Amino acid sequence: MKKLLNTLYITSQGSYLSKDGECVVVRTEDGAKRRFPVHVLDGIVCFGNVLCSPFLLGHCGDKGLAVSFLTERGRYLAGVRGPQSGNVLLRRAQYRLADDEDGSSRLARSIIIGKAANSRAVLRRCLRDHGERVDRLAMDRALAVLDDCAGRLRRPVPLDEARGMEGQAANAYFSVFGNMILAEDQSFCFAGRNRRPPLDAVNCLLSFVYTLLAHDVRSALEAVGLDPQVGFLHRDRPGRPGLALDVMEEFRPFLADRLVLSLINRGEVRARGFVRKESGAVFMDDDTRKTVLTAWQKRKQDEALHPFLKERLPLGLAFHVQARLMARAVRGDLDGYPPFFWK
Amino acid sequence: MDRTLPLSALQHYLYCPRQCALIHVEKVWEENLYTAEGRLLHLRADAGAPGRRGGVVQDRAVPLRSDRLGLYGVADVVELRPGPDGRETPYPVEYKRGSPKVEDWDREQLCAQALCLEEMLGVEVPEGAIFYGKPRRRERVVFDAPLREAVQRHCRELHVMIERAATPDASPGKRCRGCSLAGACMPGASRRVEAYLQRGLDP
Ligand code: SF4
Repeated sequence: MKKLLNTLYITSQGSYLSKDGECVVVRTEDGAKRRFPVHVLDGIVCFGNVLCSPFLLGHCGDKGLAVSFLTERGRYLAGVRGPQSGNVLLRRAQYRLADDEDGSSRLARSIIIGKAANSRAVLRRCLRDHGERVDRLAMDRALAVLDDCAGRLRRPVPLDEARGMEGQAANAYFSVFGNMILAEDQSFCFAGRNRRPPLDAVNCLLSFVYTLLAHDVRSALEAVGLDPQVGFLHRDRPGRPGLALDVMEEFRPFLADRLVLSLINRGEVRARGFVRKESGAVFMDDDTRKTVLTAWQKRKQDEALHPFLKERLPLGLAFHVQARLMARAVRGDLDGYPPFFWK
Repeated sequence: MDRTLPLSALQHYLYCPRQCALIHVEKVWEENLYTAEGRLLHLRADAGAPGRRGGVVQDRAVPLRSDRLGLYGVADVVELRPGPDGRETPYPVEYKRGSPKVEDWDREQLCAQALCLEEMLGVEVPEGAIFYGKPRRRERVVFDAPLREAVQRHCRELHVMIERAATPDASPGKRCRGCSLAGACMPGASRRVEAYLQRGLDP
């Protein structure tokens, strides 16, 4: 089994990354230098004005390290992959399946099953742990919608219906998401999803963590040779990583959303760590961003039992396992895609 | 055969056809301890120019190819020994990390090298040897008719599999434990995805 490696996040503006033998050398603007051996890394994520030497990029490509460039606030700009990335045969199979209505709806159904089941598990866990502090009625109503989705997903569903159910499940879930925020701090209230730009601190955190998740899922898909752009549930749209969005769905509730909730509920992020712009857009400051990055790295080391493989593994490796299972399903080696069910 | 494959593909095929397809069709590669060790041993065998060892001329890292088998590759060491007719006869020697195996994998791989040498040089190569790292000793291999036939049969099967670009199912067994691709192969994974999905939907 693959080892869980670290992702190097570079947030210092004006940093320059270069290659020295088997090491990444990070030189910050104040002249400080740090070195990281390539073999302990599985990716580099650069935020904002960070430069990389082409030789480092080439080396990362050879070693299968994903390098992504994001804006300082976390919007994806570009990624660099090596010359060997991708697998023609697998990609052909993926495109054929994506063109096939039946094939796509089979995989789309599995993806929503993963998302609905994990959303349900997150709400249930919250009811169990904090039942007396939440609006039970609202939570039960949301759970009823998710249960209904689960019931309908027991049988194959046409692609359009699958896409519709994804929306329903997400609406029900986000309608009570604010309920799970238990911090006294009133600045963390949540009245629904908004993005580009996020208009409150909670949405700002969610968007940022989703970006981190997207990077990891995307590079796991690329590592197994799939094309992260061509999805089954998510329709093709230029510039949109459809398959990465597909595989992210099952991870959002228990990995990303719960991380955001615990950062807020445990007081690890504070209202003063966010900046409101004239336009109403809300961004996090450098310290808050670092707190989130550290928490994300730590969360990936938590272990869980993979219910399909029946193997314990760090959550960070679950992306790779799911990417492989997706490749299996695409190739027809498995008779469907088994999502990661969180208990 | 219109496609030539690396000799290592035959070796992988003999070990496990699925492993071979994962590497040569699906291009999965995962280096683990074993393959890294194996590589180091090979590096050592490859180092150095042709030389003499106990009166025998040795050539290292010898390029090989056979159109009949559709294989190409490199022999660790080819020695030149006086043959039965007094002429110099090539004698391939392969270095292996582990201990001798009951199965014929290593012998077949060496025999494939011998068949390459025969086709390239137009001479008979009646025998060779495998050097095992554990215990450190040489084992003589005679390239008899059954061994040669097995190599030819397996090469044909290998080519058919690669041509069809299909990965055979896993047949989990003892060799999975030493397999560097077990992580990608997931030999133990159940294939009953629908039942798994239904369980995930249970309240
Ligand atoms: S794990 Fe077993 S079945 Fe899978 S490739 Fe390796 S030896 Fe073959």
